[in-house]
Amino acid sequence: MKIENNQLLRFITSGNVDDGKSTLIGRLLYDSKSIFEDQLQNVKKISERKGNTEIDLTLFTDGLRDEWEQGITIDVAYQYFTTPKRKFIIADTPGHVQYTRNMFTGASTANLAIILIDVINGVTEQTKRHSFIASLLQIPNAIVCINKMDLVNFSEDVYNSIVEEFKEFAEMLSMKDVRFIPMSALAGDNVVEKSSRMEWYKGEPLLHTLETIPIESNINEEDVRFPVQTILRPQSEICQEKRRYIGRLGSGVLREGDEITVLPSGLTSKVKTLYNLDKKAQEVFAPMSISITLEDNIDISRGDMVVKSSNTPNVSQDIEVMLCWLHNNPAKPRAKYFIKHTTNEQKAIIKEIVYKIDIESLEKNYQSEGLHMNDICKVKLKTTKPLIVDLYKKNKVTGSIILIDEATNETVAAGMIV
Amino acid sequence: MSKYYLNYLDELESEAIFILREAWGQFENPVILFSGGKDSIVLTHLAKKAFYPSKIPFTLVHVDTGHNFPETIQFRDDLIGNLGVNSIVGSVQKSIDQGRAVEEKGKNSTRNALQIVTLLDLIEDNKIDCAIGGARRDEEKVRAKERFFSHRDDFGQWDPKNQRPELWNIFNGRHFEGEHFRIFPISNWTEIDVWNYIKRENIEIPSLYFSHKRKVVFRNNSWIPFSEYINLEASEEVISKQIRFRTLGDITITGGIESEANTVTKIIKEISAMRFTERGNRADDKRSVTAMEDRKRQGYF
Repeated sequence: MKIENNQLLRFITSGNVDDGKSTLIGRLLYDSKSIFEDQLQNVKKISERKGNTEIDLTLFTDGLRDEWEQGITIDVAYQYFTTPKRKFIIADTPGHVQYTRNMFTGASTANLAIILIDVINGVTEQTKRHSFIASLLQIPNAIVCINKMDLVNFSEDVYNSIVEEFKEFAEMLSMKDVRFIPMSALAGDNVVEKSSRMEWYKGEPLLHTLETIPIESNINEEDVRFPVQTILRPQSEICQEKRRYIGRLGSGVLREGDEITVLPSGLTSKVKTLYNLDKKAQEVFAPMSISITLEDNIDISRGDMVVKSSNTPNVSQDIEVMLCWLHNNPAKPRAKYFIKHTTNEQKAIIKEIVYKIDIESLEKNYQSEGLHMNDICKVKLKTTKPLIVDLYKKNKVTGSIILIDEATNETVAAGMIV
Repeated sequence: MSKYYLNYLDELESEAIFILREAWGQFENPVILFSGGKDSIVLTHLAKKAFYPSKIPFTLVHVDTGHNFPETIQFRDDLIGNLGVNSIVGSVQKSIDQGRAVEEKGKNSTRNALQIVTLLDLIEDNKIDCAIGGARRDEEKVRAKERFFSHRDDFGQWDPKNQRPELWNIFNGRHFEGEHFRIFPISNWTEIDVWNYIKRENIEIPSLYFSHKRKVVFRNNSWIPFSEYINLEASEEVISKQIRFRTLGDITITGGIESEANTVTKIIKEISAMRFTERGNRADDKRSVTAMEDRKRQGYF
């Protein structure tokens, strides 16, 4: 396979504070030669100022002044590296409880989650919270890295007991493919190079696993969902050119001549021509950015959705979502929020909180009131106009929403349609 | 594996174009910040594809420090002419003449930070609510923290600790009068991705990126081009060197590298073996370890 055909793997790193996430990423970048001389000099300079004798690997990712002064990761930092096999985007997310919303952000686009566990602490509440979020957001693959093995003399027994503990907990989650790797990120064991100090581990080191794990696509190939971003009107009416509807195909494969329905209006037509950007195409597929023309001139605006007539989504003003509250300010009772769903925007109210999930026990609490930061609740929403939706587990593009506070314009919650 | 998948470059392209189209869909008066460097050239190329066969609907905005490479200005004017798009040029010299900005003094003085004043004035005067830029997250540690849709308050300032979470591909561009957004469609691209794309799409770029002979001065570990704007010290010597530029900015701060690479293919080969980042030769980032964060908070690109 040629490099030009390489795929992109987006992954998130999550775990407890001080489990060594930033160290792991620093190690991955450093050992895969993705760190440059001047970045290294810069980091050396700060390490010295902080009084460290060794290079502080976390400084490669902690970019904000407050972060390296306090030694914590505040925000999602994106890192990039390429090997001859793949291009990688890492979302390094904060471990602290008050930054869980940033993990949500990073996790929403990831194909894979690295869950880091400190071998000394084992499975903690934060491990459970992050694993649960990864499973809730339907990240298809997870690699559990049991770190700091050097502190337990690379003991297979200690490793096995943590693996068991995690598996027991993960039974309650819907994670498809979970793998385990014992490592020492600080010393570099099983990150890029296979460790010689853990002969009992028969698997591959982390980088090799990242390079070869099948990328489970986040894209649904069955259902054609085309949220319209905008409309291009013909340059001149005389040449009988059709209007072009442009956007990014959310899911499915669309072909010339397909019979389509526009929602919410219900008007129908046929695909006349398809363009993959500036090139004409017989068929296009998600996640291509495309434009299309139809046989008939029908009324379509931004926020409408074009679907295949034989396979239509739900159209509803009442939806149930698993909502994660992301903002410091709790939800206001009976308040209206802007709701954003694909390219569509309107208003919604939170009608009812059905239950809140206790992150530790994963039990449902039906008596819960109020929505506070980091709460994960099932809620009922009512919107002012119909939304065109699928279940999140079937379709991430048409199954996800965000809520925006009317008074501040800030994003306050993210939800998955259930 | 399914036959319906995109390679990494197609996926990055589709993502960038989705964001450009969102900028058009969500804002009243979006513009492209055009520096004349390769990233903003790629951005303009993407905008052309995003709205094909229509013309690019965005105005191109250039902040002119007055300390330019003549090649950059020529390239800018040609490109704007060929595309038939609207353009606005903001002048740092004018900001200085009006007393809005004050020229730095000394040997290493530049007009780099002064661009902030000119840019913010221009945004306010033209009621721009969305400025699309070619910044990438791999360029600098603080840029790695940027959102695709990045909010600026009515003073044009960025608050990195209080950014809106960005989930899936749903972008919240809601804002109040006087506030604006910076939008970065090629956030997820790296330097090598940009070059691979330039090669694949056969995009024209200024000659400054290719190896050429130039009069230079060795300063702060890089080859600074000799120009009328440079303050030479007695010990400094102007010599002729075969160099090229990895990034393009103000002529007073853009260091060249010794290179024989005279084609895009050779440049890609050269960069793949490089041990220094592209901004390693930018004097503006060398001032302190948080130089970029400090400028960005105030409203820099």
